[in-house]
Amino acid sequence: MNIWTRWIWPWISNSHHWHGPDGVPARLVEHLAYSGLALLIAVLIALPIGLLIGHRRRGAFTVVSVATAGRAVPTLGLLILVYLLTNASSWAWLIPLAVLAIPPILVNTYEGVLGVDADITDAARGMGMTGTQVLLRAEFPVALPLIIVGVRTAAIQVVATATIAAYISLGGFGRYIFDGLATNDYATVASGALLVVLLALAVQVLFVGIRRVLVPAGLRTRATGS
Amino acid sequence: MPRLLIMRTGRRLVAVSLAAAAGLTLAACSSSSTNPITPPKATSVVVGSANFPEAEVLAEIYSLALQHIGVKVTDKFNIGSREVYYPEIVKGAVTILPEYNGALLTTSVNTSSTATTTAAVDAALTSGLPSSLEILNPSAAQDKDSVTVTQAFAAAHHIASIADLKKVANTMVIGASPEFKTRYEGLVGLKKLYGLTFKSFLPTDLSGPVSLADLKSGKIQASDIFTTTPQILSDKLLTLSDPKSLFAAQNVLPLVYKKGVNTKIINELNAISAKLTTADLVKMNLQLSQGQSYSTVATNWLKSVGLM
Repeated sequence: MNIWTRWIWPWISNSHHWHGPDGVPARLVEHLAYSGLALLIAVLIALPIGLLIGHRRRGAFTVVSVATAGRAVPTLGLLILVYLLTNASSWAWLIPLAVLAIPPILVNTYEGVLGVDADITDAARGMGMTGTQVLLRAEFPVALPLIIVGVRTAAIQVVATATIAAYISLGGFGRYIFDGLATNDYATVASGALLVVLLALAVQVLFVGIRRVLVPAGLRTRATGS
Repeated sequence: MPRLLIMRTGRRLVAVSLAAAAGLTLAACSSSSTNPITPPKATSVVVGSANFPEAEVLAEIYSLALQHIGVKVTDKFNIGSREVYYPEIVKGAVTILPEYNGALLTTSVNTSSTATTTAAVDAALTSGLPSSLEILNPSAAQDKDSVTVTQAFAAAHHIASIADLKKVANTMVIGASPEFKTRYEGLVGLKKLYGLTFKSFLPTDLSGPVSLADLKSGKIQASDIFTTTPQILSDKLLTLSDPKSLFAAQNVLPLVYKKGVNTKIINELNAISAKLTTADLVKMNLQLSQGQSYSTVATNWLKSVGLM
């Protein structure tokens, strides 16, 4: 039994699946919207907090605790809880996905700033920079490679988990997985799963590009692979 | 709780067999046997159940009622799914099980059956069951798929049955588990049997928290809620009647191993079925979800209908 020839290729090559509200392009836009918005909110929350704690070199315990707690939260359970608490809000997916994305960004930002060589910050101070300037002009650029790795990890997790939006009647690639499972339609399930994997790989590639653009050449050797 | 019951009954069984052994020894010693040992088969039964709360409370009702009339009962609750417990009753390791006629028919007896009414399902079961088994009288209580709306919606549009939806269906969003959209006991049958076309279908979950929250918030106006879901009572919902039997009958009835039961036992089980209603099951499920024990819920019901 070959999953590709039996299920995925017949499904993918069926033009019926490539247009309309249930077609791949429409579902891709939905999936990207859920993932992108959740990631944006996670960055807006985790980045300032991580920078601040890293700069002050205090609060490691809090960061590790929050990150660990965030990673232990069952995403689907949180989704249903938020859905019930918000009286069936169609935005309920945002909270569990943001909660999922915050820990890697927070920890990497904090670790990145904390790991900046003391010679660099001393030199910055010696040049007469204020605390904020040291953070934004010296620590942040040096920590950037590690921060980008954190955002990348978060992005891949969010893209892979945004399928749960389908559980509260929304779209995205999760629609194929939930609907396919409910009707024993494994071609749809396998194709939906493959689309999620491909999207996660695309995100990975995208972040290689982002790193090229944002990180100065001289700093690119730091935190390359991890 | 069920494990405790099994242990307790187990110990009682040991006591009974010790007494029986003693009786035998005595009988062997004295020539005049004044102490006839009753064969255990006739008055000792094993009541089993599937592994979900409603099945367990039903088994508890059977068990307590039979003990009340003097039958020795061993409880074997929470055995597993039908795939696991059905072979046990076929061979007589379990004597009595609460069952749902429709599900029993299509899972274990005749998977291709299309019977939907209680009478048709029971007839198919009677002819299809192995000779060691029989079903007793069906109760009015059913746990099955449905079209359920809020009581407020039903009152506003004067709706009591699925057929009444005809005038409003095209303004209604119906939400249910994704498969409801494509299967006959779903949108297909609603259109074919009742001529209903809804404004739209929203994929939710299988009679679960999402469907219930959507009904409450007004995001959907109807859903497939299982007919014994406790929220029907606590969220003020109304299960619409199904005059054309779109959803196959799922009456609660006792499935028994013929050789293990006698007339007294059969009469008692039929007396239970004569009293049991769907509303009773909703109420009992609500009590269980509030943390009451199986034995309390079962005892209270038996007392309320005068069987204890």
